Amino acid sequence: MSDDGTVRLRPPRNALDRRAIAWWRWQWALVFAPAVFVLALLGLLIPPAAVWLLVPAAVLALSGAAWCAVLPRWWFGLHRWEVTETAVYVRSGFLWQEWRVAPLSRVQTVDTLRGPLQQRFGLATVTVTTASARGAVKLSGLDARVAADVAERLTERTDATPGDAT
Amino acid sequence: MSGWRRLDRRTLGVTAVLLTGAAVSAGIPIAIGTRSLWLVPAAVLFIGGGVLADYVRWRQTRFRCTAERLEVEFRFVAHTRKSLPRERVRTVDLTAGPLHRAFGVAVLTIGTGQHEKVTLSPLARADAEALRTELLHRIPEPVAHDGPLATLDPRWIRYAPVSFVAPALGLSAFGALFKVADWFGAGGGLLTWLLNLFGELPLAVSVLLLLVLAIVIGVAGAAGLFVEMWWNHRLDREPGGTLRVRRGLFTTRSITIEERRLRGVELVEPLGARLAGAARVDAIATGMKRDDGKTEAKTLLPAAPRAIAREVAARVAGEPVTDVPLVPHPPAARGRRLRWALLTALAPVLILLGLGALLTDVLLVLGGVLAVVALPVAVLLALDAYRGLGHGSRGRYLVVRAGSVRRSTAVLARDGVLGWTVKQSVFQRRRGLATFTATTAAGSGAYSIRDADAAEGLAFAAAAVPGVLAAFASVPAEASRT
Repeated sequence: MSDDGTVRLRPPRNALDRRAIAWWRWQWALVFAPAVFVLALLGLLIPPAAVWLLVPAAVLALSGAAWCAVLPRWWFGLHRWEVTETAVYVRSGFLWQEWRVAPLSRVQTVDTLRGPLQQRFGLATVTVTTASARGAVKLSGLDARVAADVAERLTERTDATPGDAT
Repeated sequence: MSGWRRLDRRTLGVTAVLLTGAAVSAGIPIAIGTRSLWLVPAAVLFIGGGVLADYVRWRQTRFRCTAERLEVEFRFVAHTRKSLPRERVRTVDLTAGPLHRAFGVAVLTIGTGQHEKVTLSPLARADAEALRTELLHRIPEPVAHDGPLATLDPRWIRYAPVSFVAPALGLSAFGALFKVADWFGAGGGLLTWLLNLFGELPLAVSVLLLLVLAIVIGVAGAAGLFVEMWWNHRLDREPGGTLRVRRGLFTTRSITIEERRLRGVELVEPLGARLAGAARVDAIATGMKRDDGKTEAKTLLPAAPRAIAREVAARVAGEPVTDVPLVPHPPAARGRRLRWALLTALAPVLILLGLGALLTDVLLVLGGVLAVVALPVAVLLALDAYRGLGHGSRGRYLVVRAGSVRRSTAVLARDGVLGWTVKQSVFQRRRGLATFTATTAAGSGAYSIRDADAAEGLAFAAAAVPGVLAAFASVPAEASRT
């Protein structure tokens, strides 16, 4: 990471929970499946247009399967997070890589969220917001217990430091 | 000043006149359309009912200002009571429209920076002024002005027409004219009358003349609006740590910003104003809601000669922040801007040419004309945008400049920065660029250093706000070059 033009920020220490890969797969499967299903159903119900509907359905199903098989594994390596004594630090993205840092002294709220899919995989998302409308740091795809620990630690730390620059 | 007090009784007069005005202006088009007599009793009922409601509101509302709290009570059927701790009071604004001024009253709005807001409408002018001082200064101090930070120079009106307001006003004037003509069912007649206004000229010339007329009206309107909004403008620094903006010709406004909420100032130069050598100064402060539609509430100084705007910005910030030398961004940033500008300009041209090749030659000509006009403009804007890019820091502040159509020089207090977000697209990575965004609770919430050199920008961002990015830099951040 020296002269290839990337920002010289070291990767955060922790990877997400491995179950996040499965979670992402399901999320995207739930995006692709309804579209494939509707196309296929219409294709079967309307024989004259069968080719025009079944071929796109097959293409969509194949690309969806490839998408779900390959990309989440790649994303897993891209998303990393870390909570130090002084700050929350996350990295994400490839095409638009992004590093976010929020100092603990400026944190206002710590929210934990578990959607139905996340619960199924024992995962949780921790959202750390500062007084800025645009400075929220999101740790999604953590193990639920790790997330609870992180949220608790953050809440303790932020209670201890007054002043949030509002 | 601790007993219960009432609003000013003259509110009844204000309401009566206001409702009469509303009834007359709404009634005229209906009267012209229907010519029926029931409109008169309806109007009387409308006005009487409104005044009665306002009487109840006046009669049953009382407020008091104790040592700790401001309380407003309204008892009618239900009993509501708003109570505001005085230390949470962040803004106290006074507004008086022409009607209020005729009656000698003003509306006091008390904000807390959160969503709640207390409005005392209206108070006698002197009472409102006294309550404002009491609420804001907490400890009454002898007024010791060191002169205003800025006062309006009437010659600044010349910058009003170069804003984007002028063409919009000109067009809306014609719009209103057609609307009125439409009430009389004469929209089409008006059009022919307008086109024949200049005698037996060819259609194209008539249209051109009408356009000139619209521009003249727009310029006059923009100047009028500027005068109404900014007449008697003065910016003061008051004892107790507040900035106060007073302005307005017909409607007078007094806006107060506490300096402890101030996180910086922004020098804004829209393209037109910049070409005329003017700039405006906005406050970057927390607790100014962005969604209440009063964008001008944060403006400390309207478009004024750049030297004056820079001086006012520096005096508000308390440091000579506007002559900080800025680090220019790498030439690769210029390349990105040129590519973006050319793509944006070429897309409609290519679409027109493509359609022209398929359909009709007229589109080919249009595409050609568009290419001749849009491409040079796009290139100029891109080069200008690149020249504008820069960042630097001095003392308590960091300075970020960007933009062409709206060039903004944001001067942001370093201790007001809540965190950093670094973004790098694949294209930026190839060229060693990155965008560094400082998040803050004030102003727009985020100020970006776009397309800075990845290494230099990181060193700058780490040094500008200590203890945020430095811990995560894989190479120890070298001292910033500025």
